[in-house]
Amino acid sequence: MKVAIIGVGTTEFGELWDESFRSLFLSAGLSALEDAGISGKEIEAIYIGNMSAGKFVDQEHIAALIADHAGLAEFGIPAIRVENADASGGSAFRQAYMAVASGMHDIVIAAGIEKVSDASDPMEVLSSAIDQEWERFVGANLPAIYAIIARLHMHKFGTKEEDLAMIAVKNHKNAVHNPKAQFRKEISIEDVMSSPYVAEPLKVLDCAPLSDGASAVVLANEEIAKRLCDTPVYVKACTQASDYFSIQNRRDILTFEAVVKASRKAYKISKIEPKDINIAEVHDSFTIAELIAYEDLGFAKKGEGAKLIREGETEIGGRIPVNTSGGLKACGHAVGATGIRQIVDLVIQLRGEAGKRQVNAENALALNIGGSGATAVVSILSR
Amino acid sequence: MVPRIWRRIRYRYNVIASYCESCGSYYYPQREICPKCRRRGIVKEVEINDEGTVLSYTVVNGRKIALIEFKNGTRMLAEVCGDIEIGSRVKKAFRRYGEDGEAGIIYYGTKFVPII
Amino acid sequence: MIGIVSYGTYIPKFRIKVEEIARIWNEDANAIKQNLGVFEKAVPDVDEDTATMAVEAGREAISRVRIRPEKIGAVFVGSESHPYAVKPTATIVGEALGIGNYYFSADLEFACKAATAGIQICYAMVKAGMIEYGLSIGSDVAQARPGDALEYTAGAGAVAILVGKDPIAEIEATVSYTSDTPDFWRRDLQPYPSHGGRFTGSPAYFRHIVSAAKKLMEDFGYSAKDFDFAVFHQPNAKFPQRVASMLGFNEEKIADGMLVKVVGNTYSASSLLGLCGILDKAMPDQRILLVSFGSGAGSDAFAIRVTEKILDYPRNRRVWDKVKNCVYIDYALYLKHRRMIK
Repeated sequence: MKVAIIGVGTTEFGELWDESFRSLFLSAGLSALEDAGISGKEIEAIYIGNMSAGKFVDQEHIAALIADHAGLAEFGIPAIRVENADASGGSAFRQAYMAVASGMHDIVIAAGIEKVSDASDPMEVLSSAIDQEWERFVGANLPAIYAIIARLHMHKFGTKEEDLAMIAVKNHKNAVHNPKAQFRKEISIEDVMSSPYVAEPLKVLDCAPLSDGASAVVLANEEIAKRLCDTPVYVKACTQASDYFSIQNRRDILTFEAVVKASRKAYKISKIEPKDINIAEVHDSFTIAELIAYEDLGFAKKGEGAKLIREGETEIGGRIPVNTSGGLKACGHAVGATGIRQIVDLVIQLRGEAGKRQVNAENALALNIGGSGATAVVSILSR
Repeated sequence: MVPRIWRRIRYRYNVIASYCESCGSYYYPQREICPKCRRRGIVKEVEINDEGTVLSYTVVNGRKIALIEFKNGTRMLAEVCGDIEIGSRVKKAFRRYGEDGEAGIIYYGTKFVPII
Repeated sequence: MIGIVSYGTYIPKFRIKVEEIARIWNEDANAIKQNLGVFEKAVPDVDEDTATMAVEAGREAISRVRIRPEKIGAVFVGSESHPYAVKPTATIVGEALGIGNYYFSADLEFACKAATAGIQICYAMVKAGMIEYGLSIGSDVAQARPGDALEYTAGAGAVAILVGKDPIAEIEATVSYTSDTPDFWRRDLQPYPSHGGRFTGSPAYFRHIVSAAKKLMEDFGYSAKDFDFAVFHQPNAKFPQRVASMLGFNEEKIADGMLVKVVGNTYSASSLLGLCGILDKAMPDQRILLVSFGSGAGSDAFAIRVTEKILDYPRNRRVWDKVKNCVYIDYALYLKHRRMIK
């Protein structure tokens, strides 16, 4: 059964001191329902991506909590939390997609939420996405793993720190026109290069911030979508793959095997090839992750990711604009919400509602990664 | 935290990897099942005492963390004490990794030092 | 024949010079060097402690001989800087060395002579047939209050001595001299030791070492000329030089053991480190007098005769070569390395 997205909503991403875990969700959920033009009673199930409410706000069992506070308690619908580190949102989207595609449900919500700023050290929490016993124990955190990958990429392929900086610069430039973005401010290569190292060779401005935020989308089967919506966006494929958890066990740490596997499968299912993708939201938790995503998604050959950014091919106006929202880097990374936020932005683009960052696109791809790459979710959307 | 640290002492004080007798693959850290052979695999523990080579590294929170490769292909993430670059040769050293606060237990484990 | 089957040493690579410490306290470095005969001392890395150094020394001792670690029946670690007040260092060492679970073990404390006491225990256990091999390790990150005279000498290092039959150096005889003499101490929960200043000399160090050495010679019929080498506990370079001359040994006989000049006083490892410096070059049938001293106070004296087996024993890298490889640090880094600032 074909599945369409008929409503999207997201909060602003950022340090939202006035917002609570509950208020964030409510705001994203309501705007998605409003966008879909439905009241809420139509919803048959709710899938929530969230990495670590337990550690961030000391609250577990959040799916039912959210369903209740969203005003859905009377309907008694199933509410499911999905956790795959920062790929939680993408994974929740896939569960929702499968529920509709299978015919189990007609109309569902996929949402993602993270309230990080109540915690004293959000990066510590995010770093629990890598192996606690064999990576964290020795002093590595999430930036360290990406830094080890970045240094080898530089060593092997001649990628420069400046190339990585260009990705941050591009994403900040894109975020200027995104009203929901955390950093709506351009930065220069020099700004990135002069920012202090977080984990050599990655600097502060190579790293996405950790943000508060929530995003939600309404999915429905084709029949309902056509009835309710003038501009349905179809989910052509939504695939997920896993890999060896630790870089210690990966034969080639410069390839995210989960990304390769998920994307190849998505291309096959959708019959859409990398060259047919007009726009992508990829998981740039660190600039190196975006660069390697170019290669693993088939936009560039292995080792040649830097060429794409140097030649401006991933800028708005380029051959394949990437992260027109600002990406995780500048729009913000609300961990479990990010995978849904990517879908929201692509739907806005495919509908032609993106304003100054509008790209003329038929097919769009979202890549959401968990931790250091052990989970990858790829979605292909089309008008 | 204490039981979690205690359970791994044997594996942190020395470099203990897994070796699959069916296919000849090595894995670090040690694991129960060979991902190539699965139920047909015969997985044994092996201690690695070789020198290693730095495959890549970073400096984070003032500590050098490196991905180290041994002769048999096994790779291990560990802290290195001393100056290194990609390709540096290193050997194991017994060091402190941390402590559970001033009154808590001390975590010891295997780090590496450059071979001069 | 029971004695030393193997030995291993570990000296951390960092050094601080007497000049650098004197700079902080506005003292005359030349006068201090003249008085103590010590020029620099070994400082551990931030992630090193008594247990880690003990493991490194133990690993070297075991790796130099073809003995399966499980054959070691006893592990003793002598130190006055055990990382835990309650919980043995020796079990950390036993685990890291792969000795298994069936072994006798305890931490020992007798100021700077705990590890020679450990050797005596191992010797007795081997002789009694309780164990095949015993490992005694002296390891210390010597503590000194900033500004105290001890700060110039309180070094760090470890020595592991494997005791068993068929040795490279036979323990021919051992004697101890012990008395209740409070020359140096550290009360429970105090971070730094206190000492009796000049009282540490004649009634403590000299009386105990001379008494133990003389008793050993009397009881077993040796005189100074029977020994090719002598090594005494080294709180500084002057004390062992003086006690050597009191016992009739010239400078030449103690020179190979005088590591204190470059690594400082390694406390429980001190006299044993000197012994290893001598074993590194000694030839079969040469005899060594070893006398430790532990404040509080006691001295263990040993007559050690090198055997033919030393010719096949791998002695590289030698202690004097090891100490050459070092990195000098300033006082601020020294404080950080010693975890006095965090």
